[in-house]
Amino acid sequence: MQNKTISAYFFLAPALMAIFVFFFIPVIAAFIISFTDFDIYSLSNYGNARFVGFDNYLRLFYDPLFWTALQNTFYFVIVSAPLSIMVSLTAAIMLNSKLVKFKSLFRLNFFIPVITTLIAVAIVWRFIYHPKFGFLNYALELVGIESIDWLGDPNFSMPAIIIMSVWKNFGYNMIIFIAGLQNIPEYLYEAAEIEGATGFQKFKFITIPMLAPTTLFVGIITMIGYFQLFAEPYIMTQGGPLNSTLSIVQYMYQEGFRWWNMGYSAAIAFVLFAVIMIGTVIQMKIQKMRMFN
Amino acid sequence: MKKITLHIFLIIAGLLTLAPFIWMVSASLMNDGHASVYPPRFFPDEVTFIQFERLFSRLSVSRNLLNSLIVSFLVTFISLIFNSMAGYAFAKYRFAGRDKLFSLLLSSMIIPAQVTMLPLFLMLKSFGFINTYLAIIIPGMANIFGIFLIKQYAMSIPDSIIESARMDGASDFQIYWKIILPLCTPILVTLAIFTFMGTWNDFLWPLIALTDSSMYTLPVALANLMGEHTKDPELMMAGSVITIIPIIIVFLALQKYYIKGIMMGSVKE
Repeated sequence: MQNKTISAYFFLAPALMAIFVFFFIPVIAAFIISFTDFDIYSLSNYGNARFVGFDNYLRLFYDPLFWTALQNTFYFVIVSAPLSIMVSLTAAIMLNSKLVKFKSLFRLNFFIPVITTLIAVAIVWRFIYHPKFGFLNYALELVGIESIDWLGDPNFSMPAIIIMSVWKNFGYNMIIFIAGLQNIPEYLYEAAEIEGATGFQKFKFITIPMLAPTTLFVGIITMIGYFQLFAEPYIMTQGGPLNSTLSIVQYMYQEGFRWWNMGYSAAIAFVLFAVIMIGTVIQMKIQKMRMFN
Repeated sequence: MKKITLHIFLIIAGLLTLAPFIWMVSASLMNDGHASVYPPRFFPDEVTFIQFERLFSRLSVSRNLLNSLIVSFLVTFISLIFNSMAGYAFAKYRFAGRDKLFSLLLSSMIIPAQVTMLPLFLMLKSFGFINTYLAIIIPGMANIFGIFLIKQYAMSIPDSIIESARMDGASDFQIYWKIILPLCTPILVTLAIFTFMGTWNDFLWPLIALTDSSMYTLPVALANLMGEHTKDPELMMAGSVITIIPIIIVFLALQKYYIKGIMMGSVKE
C-alpha cells in the first residue's frame, strides 16, 4: 500500500471525471427533467421547460399504454428469467458431469448465441417465426401442430420473444453456474453417496443450497437485463401486435426520442429504475430469509 | 448407456442452438426469393454472393462496417487506459474516502443506462457531438464494471514489486505503465473483449445518438435495412452474417479470456 494521495487522484481523475460528467450528472438531470414538461419546444430553448411537480408521474398512473408496457415487461421478466435460469442450470449440470466428453466444445457451442449481435439474431428469428416460410412452423407441422402466426398473434408474440431470448442468453448463466458447481467440494457428494442418497436428493440437499449465492447473483443480473427489454420487440414486432410486446424501454424511447416528450420519458425511465431496484432488494431479502431458515 | 443418452441429448441441443446460425449463413448465399418458399429450404440450390455484393455496392454497408470498427476500437482503447488507471489506484493506493467511493461506484451499477440517455443526448447535442463518433465514444470512455475487474486483479500484485521499483527511482506513472500494465495483461485482454463486443453489439444508444445513415453502426444500419427489406430474408441474412462474423472471430481467438472474465465478474468479494 502506498500513501500518495496526489498520484492516486491523478490515476483516478480521467475515469472518475468521465463517469461523473457522463453518468452521474445525467442521472441527476434525468431526475430533474422528470419533474418538468420538457418537450419539443424546450429542445430549442431549455427555458421553455417548466416545473410541473409530480404531473408526469401522475399522468403515467392514468396512462393505459404505460400500464400495458409495464405489464408486458413483467410478463417477459417473470417467465423468461426463471426459464432461462433453469435451462442454464440444466446445461451447466450436464456439462459438469464426469461422463461428458468434449466439454469445452459443447460449452462453446451453447455460448455462441450469447456473443452474437442481438439485432442480427433477432432478424434471423423473425424469419424463423415467419408464418408461411419459417422453420418453426414447418417443424411444428411435421409433428402435426397447426401453424402459428408467432409474431402476428397477440397471444403468441410475447412467447416468441421469450423463446428467442432464452436461446440467446442461457449460455451466459450456464458459464457462471459451471463455475459455481466446480466450487462445490466433491466430498459432500461422496459422503451423501455413502449415506445412500439418490441423485435427486443430492441435487436438492447439496447442489441447490451450495449454489445459492451463485443463483442469487444470476437471478439479479438476469432480472436487471431482462427489465431492459428493447431490441427484440423493436426488430421482431415493433411492440405489436396490439401493443402486446411494447416494453417499458420501448415506450420510454418512443416518448423521449420519437415524440420528444422528454419530461414524460424521464419519468418512465425512473419507474424502470425503481422497478429494478425493488426487484433486486426483494431477491436479496428472499435469499436472506432462506439462509436463516 | 447413461453416457450415450447424455451425449445424444447434448448433440441435439447443440445442433438446435446452432441451427439459426447455419440457416442464416445458408440463406445469405441464396438468390432472391429462395428463402421464401414452402417447404423451407435449409441449404441453397446454388451458392451465390449476390446479396453480399448488393450490400457492399448499393447499400454501402462497408461504411457501416467501418463505423463499427472505428468506434469499437476507440472505445476499447480509451476505456482500457482510463479503467486500468482507476482500477490500479483503487487497488494499490490509500487515500481518504477510497472504500466509500468504490462502494458508491459499485452500487450505482444498478442504475439502468436508459436513465442517463435523455440528458446525455441533450448534453452531447449542445456540444455538437450528436451524429459523430464522439457521441458513442464519450459515454464509453470509462465504466464501473471495468474498474472493478482491474481492481480485483491488481490487488493480487504483490506490493513488494511496486516498492522495489520505487526504490530504483521509478515514478508513479512509470510503475503503472511499465510494471502494472504488463502484469495485468490477462485481465486487460478480458476487458478489451468485453468492451469491444459490448460496443459492437450495442443498439439503443447508437440508435439515438447517430442520426444519419452514413454514421450508423452495423446493428443500427441493419435495423434500418430491415424496415425496407422485410420481404428479403436472403439480403437480411447476408447483413446479419457481416455483423456477426467479426465478433465470432474475436471471440473464438480469445474465448478463454472472455469466459474467465464472466467467472471473475460473478465472484463476490
